[in-house]
Amino acid sequence: MSGLGTIAEFVTAFLIVLGALFALVGSWGLVRLPTLMERLHGPTKATTLGVGAMLVGSMVFFRLENGEWSGQELLISLFLFITAPIAANMMAKVHLHRLRLSDEAISPGKAGVPPEPDGKAGWSTYDAPQPDTPVATSRK
Amino acid sequence: MIQYAILFAFGCLSVALCLNLWRLLRGPSVGDRIISLDTMVINAIAVIVLIGIALADDTYFQAALLMAMVGFVGTVAYCKFILRGDIVE
Repeated sequence: MSGLGTIAEFVTAFLIVLGALFALVGSWGLVRLPTLMERLHGPTKATTLGVGAMLVGSMVFFRLENGEWSGQELLISLFLFITAPIAANMMAKVHLHRLRLSDEAISPGKAGVPPEPDGKAGWSTYDAPQPDTPVATSRK
Repeated sequence: MIQYAILFAFGCLSVALCLNLWRLLRGPSVGDRIISLDTMVINAIAVIVLIGIALADDTYFQAALLMAMVGFVGTVAYCKFILRGDIVE
């Protein structure tokens, strides 16, 4: 039994260190990368994976501590894995709108400014904003 | 062994939070600030989970779950406000 306990301890320590390193790499990418679209990669992938690893480590630790498995840590992992892409999509939309209106000094990167949608029904992100909103009133 | 891993992880997460704070203050656009706030929330969840392991207390899990939910809602609300000028249309 003590052998299994040692293995569980080792696995917990490994997962904690791995998770912390991934979280650090994600935040370092947030600082280091040049444009916002590239900066989205660090937090949404590396940091989410890091927190996931840390939660699995926590699960193994409390198995060692309490003597029974509990899946509650997986709830946080699941929630983060579902919400991270949605949050990233919203932030990319904000970036595209700000870039199209070009009302502040942000770098468009290699891809350049996205083209205006043609016709009446554009891409849903580019549909006409409601009157008197910040997006509408900041249009030049 | 776990004690050293926890110390190392606390160090890493502190540096990560400082890097996020730097991006939050530096900008340059609103989108960068939203991303850095979102990342800060995720790193704070990691810190809470780590405190739970360090103190061997599994009630900290509930705080982490609440933080995950509130952080996501906050990020989406901020994005919606920038996009549409309104949160609930």
